[in-house]
Amino acid sequence: MGHPEKHKENKKQTLYDKLWQDHLVKSREDGTALIYIDRHLIHEVTSPQAFEGLRLAGRKPWRTDSVVATPDHNVPSDAAERAGGIAGIQDEVSRIQVQTLDENCKDFGIVEFGINDPGQGIVHVIGPETGATLPGMTVVCGDSHTSTHGALGALAHGIGTSEVEHVMATQCLIQKKMKNMLVRVDGELGPGVTAKDVVLAIIGKIGTAGGTGYAIEFGGSAIRAMSMEGRMTVCNMAIEAGARAGMVAVDDITLEYVKGKPYAPKGEQWEMAVENWSRLHSDDGAHFDAIVELKAEEIEPQVSWGTSPEMVVPVSAVVPSPADESDSTKKAGIERALEYMGLTAGQKITDINLDRVFIGSCTNSRIEDLRAAAAVAKGHKKADSVKQVLVVPGSQSVKAQAEKEGLDKVFIEAGFEWREPSCSMCLAMNADKLGAGEHCASTSNRNFEGRQGYGGRTHLVSPSMAAAAAIAGHFVDVREMQKEAV
Amino acid sequence: MKAFTQHKGVAAPMDRANVDTDLIIPKQFLKSIKRTGFGPNLFDELRYLDEGQPGQDHSKRPVNPDFPLNHPRYQGASVLLARKNFGCGSSREHAPWALDDHGFRAIIAPSFADIFFNNCFKNGLLPIVLEEEIVEQLFQEMYAEEGYELTIDLDAQVVIKPNGETHAFEVDTFRKHCLLNGLDDIGLTLEDADDIRAYEAKRREQAPWLFDAVK
Repeated sequence: MGHPEKHKENKKQTLYDKLWQDHLVKSREDGTALIYIDRHLIHEVTSPQAFEGLRLAGRKPWRTDSVVATPDHNVPSDAAERAGGIAGIQDEVSRIQVQTLDENCKDFGIVEFGINDPGQGIVHVIGPETGATLPGMTVVCGDSHTSTHGALGALAHGIGTSEVEHVMATQCLIQKKMKNMLVRVDGELGPGVTAKDVVLAIIGKIGTAGGTGYAIEFGGSAIRAMSMEGRMTVCNMAIEAGARAGMVAVDDITLEYVKGKPYAPKGEQWEMAVENWSRLHSDDGAHFDAIVELKAEEIEPQVSWGTSPEMVVPVSAVVPSPADESDSTKKAGIERALEYMGLTAGQKITDINLDRVFIGSCTNSRIEDLRAAAAVAKGHKKADSVKQVLVVPGSQSVKAQAEKEGLDKVFIEAGFEWREPSCSMCLAMNADKLGAGEHCASTSNRNFEGRQGYGGRTHLVSPSMAAAAAIAGHFVDVREMQKEAV
Repeated sequence: MKAFTQHKGVAAPMDRANVDTDLIIPKQFLKSIKRTGFGPNLFDELRYLDEGQPGQDHSKRPVNPDFPLNHPRYQGASVLLARKNFGCGSSREHAPWALDDHGFRAIIAPSFADIFFNNCFKNGLLPIVLEEEIVEQLFQEMYAEEGYELTIDLDAQVVIKPNGETHAFEVDTFRKHCLLNGLDDIGLTLEDADDIRAYEAKRREQAPWLFDAVK
């Protein structure tokens, strides 16, 4: 705004173009670029080999103050086991991995929110909630759900362990620019329809490879109307549509969310930051290589039926039939998924019985998610046929807030289990897992074969849909329950 | 990193679309703090009839006789033929580590997921994109001929079939250069250390809050 000349010479840019340009250290002749990384989040699973690589090469981290560590994947959610700290972790291999993160952080001088530190939590929950991740940043982590932080108006994506080592050693990544995709959701979401339903509907529409090679910007009035936590849920699953990075433009909702966070800029720097961030949106008329549009009013609560996040339908629908698919590879995929999931084509989604329910993960373990689940659970009991309902808050801070609001009591009274912050049954690296053949209503992000436990059958849903399923013992349209309550 | 120049090897099938990295290497094996030893657990849930655990003697486990990689004709295979969107899902580099450890040097598919694709190059494993019709043809020829071998020439950017027919493929100049020479890209980036420092100095002025440490 204050630089009219600059504006004139610049072409109209997307949000991604701006974030890319702001972090461009160097363009190379071979078409690659060095991109500077502002925030590097690490956890115990994808970092040990990177530290080992640094040691073997005799290299030091470039900027230790850009790195924030926390253990989340392997840590127990069971309160008694968790109380013992690292030494209390029963699974020896998990214990060694968490211990190794601790030791590496100490050796290299990296800030770590340890296993029972009040700052601990799932990396993608603690980043935004502490202000460790901010608008305008480049954020990476050896974890594909790093796209979550794009909700802040940041360029955030997952990397492999070799790149974890590369970022630690150089503060940069060697990148090629991605293409721009705009996913626009206009209109008003109906009652009972959440951010999770929106992103599942998007993935159902464009497929798990639909966003491959793209950075996705989520826009439109329905996205603008979402809270920051809702936007995080949407960006979190960009990777499930194939896009490494998902993002949302900065607006007043973003600023209000960030202001006052422990690591957010303060005073004069806050003013400076706000001015800097006010340009973090796509210019009118900026070019997108692909545009996808959805109408908010047409989105119903979603339930995944298969073994890929694109295998998703509205709760009112039936399990699809391979006979209706003409593409032979897709047809084979549907047949295999039906067999693995133990479902038959044409079966009503609401006739699928659940064995377990999981409310948690970097997709849906924030305070608003827990409030939504508790609102449905309040005054009800889980169905007897449901063996277990796990509620796993995303961070120590979310847990404390939920307890302050009495949500833990609502869950416990409903027969749900209130657990310690961890990734838990999203990927079943700790003790929380499905048994073979068990159906689970899960607020997580992946329904791959074996993801939540060997032979386990995952159905992806929103927190309120998961809570409703826990009470009914099978999927129900949460909107019906909410109507009855009124 | 080990170099990749030319490679000739038996092709084996992973004949389904959207193979995710959870399927390539299940989570329980990600608890290792090493880079090696993942080969016996490649496609663990498809290869064996039981649930695998880290540290187990995998030679004693019941093998799934229906899984192609267990068939005698595909033993020692080093070129994997795959379908669309191979390597989707989790960013775990344990997936290329497992493929590499099992002996694969190249994967041919109509498309790959971005993070997996990138991770392969960091480990001397070459992911090759060919058109869907060509991949289909390779699948058919492989199924028809036991010991079907493919030759991959990275310098010339071609896949050579047993009958001498070739299919060209694209590869980024930088990635090709690193792979051909087995280069460590951290060393290459550090050659630009002055540029990185100059960027930091400029950025620190524009956005000082980005340099405040989390304590």
